[in-house]
Amino acid sequence: MKVYADNAATTYLSETARTVLIDALDKYNGNPNSLHSDGQLAKEKLEEARQTVAKYINAKNANEIYFTSGGSEADNQALISAAKGLKDKGKKHLITLSIEHHAILHTMATLEKEGFEVTYLNPKSNGIVDVEDVRNALREDTALVSVMFANNEMGAIQPIPEIGALCKEKGVLFHTDAVQATAHLPIDVQAMNIDMLSLSAHKFHGPKGVGVLYARNGIRLINIIEGGAQERGKRAGTINVPGILSLAAALKEACDNMEENMNKVKALRDRLINGLKEIPYSKLNGDPVKRLPGNVNYSFEGVEGESLLLGLDREGICCSSGSACTSESLDPSHVLTGMGLPIELAHGSLRFSLDINNTEEEIDYIIEKVNQVVDRYREMSPLWEDLKTGKRQHYLPE
Amino acid sequence: MALYTEKVMDHFENPRNVGVIENADGIGEIGNPICGDIMKMYIKVEGDVITDIKFKTFGCGSAIASSSMATELIKGSTLDEALELTNKAVVEALDGLPARKVHCSVLAEEAIKAALIDYYNKSGREMPEKLKNFKPHEE
Repeated sequence: MKVYADNAATTYLSETARTVLIDALDKYNGNPNSLHSDGQLAKEKLEEARQTVAKYINAKNANEIYFTSGGSEADNQALISAAKGLKDKGKKHLITLSIEHHAILHTMATLEKEGFEVTYLNPKSNGIVDVEDVRNALREDTALVSVMFANNEMGAIQPIPEIGALCKEKGVLFHTDAVQATAHLPIDVQAMNIDMLSLSAHKFHGPKGVGVLYARNGIRLINIIEGGAQERGKRAGTINVPGILSLAAALKEACDNMEENMNKVKALRDRLINGLKEIPYSKLNGDPVKRLPGNVNYSFEGVEGESLLLGLDREGICCSSGSACTSESLDPSHVLTGMGLPIELAHGSLRFSLDINNTEEEIDYIIEKVNQVVDRYREMSPLWEDLKTGKRQHYLPE
Repeated sequence: MALYTEKVMDHFENPRNVGVIENADGIGEIGNPICGDIMKMYIKVEGDVITDIKFKTFGCGSAIASSSMATELIKGSTLDEALELTNKAVVEALDGLPARKVHCSVLAEEAIKAALIDYYNKSGREMPEKLKNFKPHEE
């Protein structure tokens, strides 16, 4: 059986998104910046897509939607704009979480080198930041708070409306990386007081290479790509019309069916969690309730995640791991260690990210195979032997 | 291109010499759970020959494959030959490892050296010069 359970890494194109994409490649090939009819037809479609995106995140105006190459670019531009835009006003402090995506963390690190100061807040052990910690970190010179909507690795949903309200009260800009949440959870940038938001099409069955930066009117964006007047002069480069139309179609489809999709995927998620619970010395990472509908992140003591991942791949199951061996560095997931998980348990973690295309039968297959693979590699593990014989102490109860 | 060569995947999926030797003549353990790799090697020695070798490994695919390959290269060899096993030989026998996984082969070489040291200590035979100054890498 082939089971794709890595939808947080990327999703497959939906039929709707595919049809729109392929159709647009031929029909709307004109450059929207061209004055002739081909160009103007493409422009018309582009602006329709902008309206669609604005509608589904409840932006006040469609001109607050800037199309980008994806979530990372949107994150980069949001942080750079907030920091450099407010520098002249004496603001040089930024607040974020230690468990953010690297598109945020690496941009923050670059800003630090340029003289900005960054506070990295750790979440509580359930992966959710305490709003009071954000409040206490605020300073007179804080330019921006950037907190992800939901975490990509362990799925915890952050208190976005509360942080939005706090930032509004204090007059501080608020950005959220909503790459994992968009089209999976309700988002209302006005009600939630979100000033800037990043999203990416391929996380909700749209194509890769296209995303959005929402920036409330009144925020001055700073270009990170120069060279043309596209996107109100804030993002140069010939517009990816087919990608954008497909993004809008995928967003509409997912949002129109959100309630139904959420219920279906949550049921699959909880079925998987309940199945994995039976494995001794294992643990769910991240809040069990306030989590993305499709996210299951589990640690298994005494085994290493990459060997589990490869073992499952051999059985046709695609998932991911927070072990050091699956990262580019030799450190395990900064997210799992950032929420206080012992390094040993971060090494032995697996993430399954489910979606509307998964079935109950697939979930049962995953449970069966995880049991087998964990047993197999525990049997081979000298660490497991030490835990079993009492030479080392368990972190987790049986 | 796949992450690992066919040889690596073969040794990961069908590891040779997994297990424990009861009353082993030498046992070596390298690594720690913080780093995410632990290798434990058991050897049986008759005369100058390593007649049996078994391993247990906590670690990624390349750590398991490196242990398996190292035991295969060592089994039946003499003590002196085992002493000469390098991580490079393990990597070559596996048709290569990704650059950031080469340390797995180093662990395999060191686990064997640690087992040999344990053997010389236990048996009372004279420790070869090469092992006297042996220190495993800190990860």
